[in-house]
Amino acid sequence: MDYAGYDRERGIVSAKIVIAGGFGVGKTTLVGAVSEITPLTTEALLTTAGAGIDDRSKVPGKETTTVAMDFGRITMAEDLILYLFGTPGQTRFWFMWDELVRGAVGAVVLVDTRRITDAFAPLDYFERQNLPYLVALNCFEGARTYEVDEVREALAIPPDVPLLMTDARRRDAVKETLIEVVEHAMRALREEYGRGSPTPVA
Amino acid sequence: MEPPHGDPRGALVRPYAVTRGRTEPSRHIALEAVLTASERAVAEARFAGHDKYRIAQICQSAPQSLAEIAAYTRLPLGVARVIVADMVGEGLLTLHSAAPAQRYEERMELLERVLSGLRRL
Repeated sequence: MDYAGYDRERGIVSAKIVIAGGFGVGKTTLVGAVSEITPLTTEALLTTAGAGIDDRSKVPGKETTTVAMDFGRITMAEDLILYLFGTPGQTRFWFMWDELVRGAVGAVVLVDTRRITDAFAPLDYFERQNLPYLVALNCFEGARTYEVDEVREALAIPPDVPLLMTDARRRDAVKETLIEVVEHAMRALREEYGRGSPTPVA
Repeated sequence: MEPPHGDPRGALVRPYAVTRGRTEPSRHIALEAVLTASERAVAEARFAGHDKYRIAQICQSAPQSLAEIAAYTRLPLGVARVIVADMVGEGLLTLHSAAPAQRYEERMELLERVLSGLRRL
């Protein structure tokens, strides 16, 4: 194999980590803390039949909505780029999440302990996905400090899902959180392939 | 035509007009899939229309993902995806793999590389 520059056959590889959580929980702040670019926004247009909202029957054509996703980038090597994608804040756009999580290394569910119930929907979503994820409590100033065990119980987070504290504004804290995601993904991958012992069924 | 400024939603009138109404890309391109353009491709793209030329230029200086192309051009993601897929078909852009590794060793190697990349941050 030729190691001069990047391998032409394999090309440039990209990986992504998904940052999920309720609206205003600090997803874009977290992305911005480690991204080499100011977080960018990409917009997807959704065409809906307008079901449930007003009477669209008189309007020719369909209703168009815009879903915005913020993301950042870390160039790790000439041939390796890591992208961090924040999920759209509105939880009604679940199907956009499917595209975001497809092929991802793992995910962070960011939780604001002042609005803990906002985490229910994202947590429900990731429990149904075959994607390693962890829960990170964003430590806002003035927020009551919860015991990690207290939060785990309140959110019914399974014991095999890592739960940690972070600060979305601080680069070193975010870095540690992302490292934990990748290490968790590596453990999950080893388990997936380590079929020596029968897997206990929950 | 200059890229629209201000609220990009103002530019979403008939967004698929630039793709001649097509909403399905000729090949699937992941959000994070990386694209590059050679100097020759950029020269060729000059005659391929404003959007394609702009996209080729963006991908010449550094590899860019589909998501970045959509963000920099302010094209809606679906529109950017159709144009980018066409450009790959026309040889104006090179599509690099977006971590499609299936084998255990490949997946583990990628995770290890990402991990050491994060540790170097």
